Amino acid sequence: MMFTNRMFNILVPVISVLLGLIAGAIIMASFGYNPLNGYQALWAGSFGDIYYFGETIRQVTPYIFTGLAVAFAFRSGLFNIGAEGQVIVGWLASVWVGAAFDAPMIIHLPLALLAAALAGAIWGFIPGLLKAKLGVHEVIITIMMNYIALHVSNALIRSVLSENQDSSDPIKESASLASNWLMEMTSYSRLHFGILIALFAAMIMWFLLEKTTAGFELRSVGFNQHASRYAGMNVGKNIILAMVISGAFAGLGGAMEGLGTFGYMPTHSAFTNLGFDGIAVALLGGNNAFGVVLAALLFGTLKIGALNMPTAADVPSELVEIVIALIIFFVASSYIIRWVLLRFKKEGK
Amino acid sequence: MENYVVEMLNIRKEFPGIVANDNITLQVQEGEIHALLGENGAGKSTLMNVLFGLYQPEKGEIRVNGKAVKITDPNVANNLGIGMVHQHFMLVDTFTVTQNIILGSEPKKGGKIDLKKAEQEVAELSDRYGLKVDPRAKIKDISVGMQQRVEILKTLYRGAEVLILDEPTAVLTPQEIKELIEIMRSLIKEGKSIILITHKLKEIMEVCDRCTVVRKGQGIGTVDVKDTSPDELASLMVGREISFTTEKTAAVPKDQILSVKSLQVQDSRKVGMVKGLDLEVRAGEIVGIAGVDGNGQSELIEAITGLRKVESGSIHLNGKAITNLPPRKVTDSGVSHIPQDRHKFGLVLDFPVGENMVLQTYYKKPFAKKSVLSYKNIYSHAKRLIEEYDVRTPSEYTKARALSGGNQQKAIIGREVDRSPDLLIAAQPTRGLDVGAIEFIHKKLIEERDKGRAVLLLSFELDEILNVSDRIAVMFDGKIVANVNPSETNEQELGLLMAGSTVEKDGER
Repeated sequence: MMFTNRMFNILVPVISVLLGLIAGAIIMASFGYNPLNGYQALWAGSFGDIYYFGETIRQVTPYIFTGLAVAFAFRSGLFNIGAEGQVIVGWLASVWVGAAFDAPMIIHLPLALLAAALAGAIWGFIPGLLKAKLGVHEVIITIMMNYIALHVSNALIRSVLSENQDSSDPIKESASLASNWLMEMTSYSRLHFGILIALFAAMIMWFLLEKTTAGFELRSVGFNQHASRYAGMNVGKNIILAMVISGAFAGLGGAMEGLGTFGYMPTHSAFTNLGFDGIAVALLGGNNAFGVVLAALLFGTLKIGALNMPTAADVPSELVEIVIALIIFFVASSYIIRWVLLRFKKEGK
Repeated sequence: MENYVVEMLNIRKEFPGIVANDNITLQVQEGEIHALLGENGAGKSTLMNVLFGLYQPEKGEIRVNGKAVKITDPNVANNLGIGMVHQHFMLVDTFTVTQNIILGSEPKKGGKIDLKKAEQEVAELSDRYGLKVDPRAKIKDISVGMQQRVEILKTLYRGAEVLILDEPTAVLTPQEIKELIEIMRSLIKEGKSIILITHKLKEIMEVCDRCTVVRKGQGIGTVDVKDTSPDELASLMVGREISFTTEKTAAVPKDQILSVKSLQVQDSRKVGMVKGLDLEVRAGEIVGIAGVDGNGQSELIEAITGLRKVESGSIHLNGKAITNLPPRKVTDSGVSHIPQDRHKFGLVLDFPVGENMVLQTYYKKPFAKKSVLSYKNIYSHAKRLIEEYDVRTPSEYTKARALSGGNQQKAIIGREVDRSPDLLIAAQPTRGLDVGAIEFIHKKLIEERDKGRAVLLLSFELDEILNVSDRIAVMFDGKIVANVNPSETNEQELGLLMAGSTVEKDGER
């Protein structure tokens, strides 16, 4: 009986990851590559030295934000596939504000971050509004909003943020999250202060959802709209609010790239995938703020560590992607693991 | 010797932490209707799931026609001639009756489904047992009662000799119940046997031959129905004396609390359901709304509580208009609502019991201060309500989903009554509950009345209406067609009024 829900929620993702790693090992072995070498390279490439460590943490930062974005919407009963587009508009808004004018850092940086959050929030507001008022499914609208974000931002970068260039002008020093101190400490990785903001955001999400009356409403609407309406909550308002906050998180994820990693925004020929990966991060993290941070850590590790696998262990990068995909697959199919565990629990008694 | 078609001998079934069935024996004779009686959570469904092959017993033996069998899954049960009609129907909405019935055992002709032949067979079966089912109707277009018959046909089509009916009357109107009883009788005439799972004593007395009682997982025994009485059955089931006629003093109605005038409400398909209804409820009285389901009762209650838009007319509470106010304003002005569908409206099933107890008041002191929740106060409040209303739950942190139906309902009632509203609306407050819980809930409603509150009771159970109400408003076709005094009427008269055959109505048309 002590096999509680909480233990369950921790056990399931851990087993998923392990199964994914095992399946990945089998794939590597069956193609004639040594899985031990492969995973060693993965480890070395993510935590092996201080530079890789810095890069891993840098990659984790936007994942935390997009993971939080998707998780927050999930908890309110919405599926925000639009984190991708919200990342892009957030990125764009942050470099726009970051480059457009001069101000002391204490004003400029928060302003650029705020612009990113606001842009993402607007991008979430539109599908939220359509869902609340007209019942249009948020998945469809957010997918479309992703394309709009991608192409509009490319056009704006070429026409407004630069003079027909393929990237925006660099942001001013006063809006940058980058830090020489952090870079020097991590032998010149692109690690920046964004990770602190990301961890802070995770705390905010936890507090908002678990501790406030607004969070009570959001969770209630997420579980049961009928009962929420019966209890006097404004379901439409909560749907919009959930999408706005979710969008703001994703927008800030974009700012991490714009103000931290790159300091500018290039035109994108395809999606950044930060938002889409956020879906997997949220899933793996059990849609819980703390879980999202851990899941983002895993995803960042895989993403950065994988870069080392072709060179250090001769595993082709395509195979690396298969291994990562397998891990995601097992996470997504955690239902099966849950079922097996329950079965196990029954038999054991 | 007795001729048993199904015997379950000394069945024991354990789940982690609990013994759901302990030493239960159930023997069904050929051609009888055998009741399986017990409170919610007594282990009736577990026992039937053992028989139907969904669970394996730890101990005991099952015999079909005298031969010991091992029923490992529902297909084995089907092959042995055991069919089950579940409480929640398992039908495909967009398929026709025939398509649903043949699903999984389709008659084929050259690789194609022979629908014509199937329809013919279904029609024949339907005729033989007087089911009157149209084989070509789509499930979504037929009534709940008809859907149930489709489920019965499904088991017959598969050659069932023993039918298990799991609380078949819970979802039916009084008229449909009568028809179902006829159907059960004609099934018996054709040599089928029926196991009827129920906790309604009236039905047992009316149709069953014998009755096996289970209480808290234990087999209490089997009695001949003709040698017993409802009182005896009830005390066997609950383990103590139960009073059926709820004790109450005469009502002392005071000021008018709720006043509804020429109310018009549409349902979600924009069809008028409440058509110029007038209703008044005073402090210190229980007004029962009697009527056949679908005559606008749900829409009326949703309109009063702000969940549905009022097209025209007015609703006043304590003299103040609450017409078309949002639900929260209605709640705040002194209305509590025990909703008809406790899973859909009454509870957030994935919230802990404690959080469900503050579903409307979470933002108020002492549950929240400056928008920050005080879980300490929320859960101590819940703890108090759980004790006061005898909600059986492992703890206030347990998810509402894990509670039995009766305890979920007690939790809702605790929450709604504790707000001490001026008007308490109880829509089918005892649906699907056992006699113990029903007794408790009726007592609470009367207590509230005696405290001087107005109570509006909506129920499809005439017993309940007659027992609890101080005044009965009969609703038909979106209007109150009669106001009657419960002591001056009976089920017959109410039944007629509910069917719309009134002098007043004739006069109107």
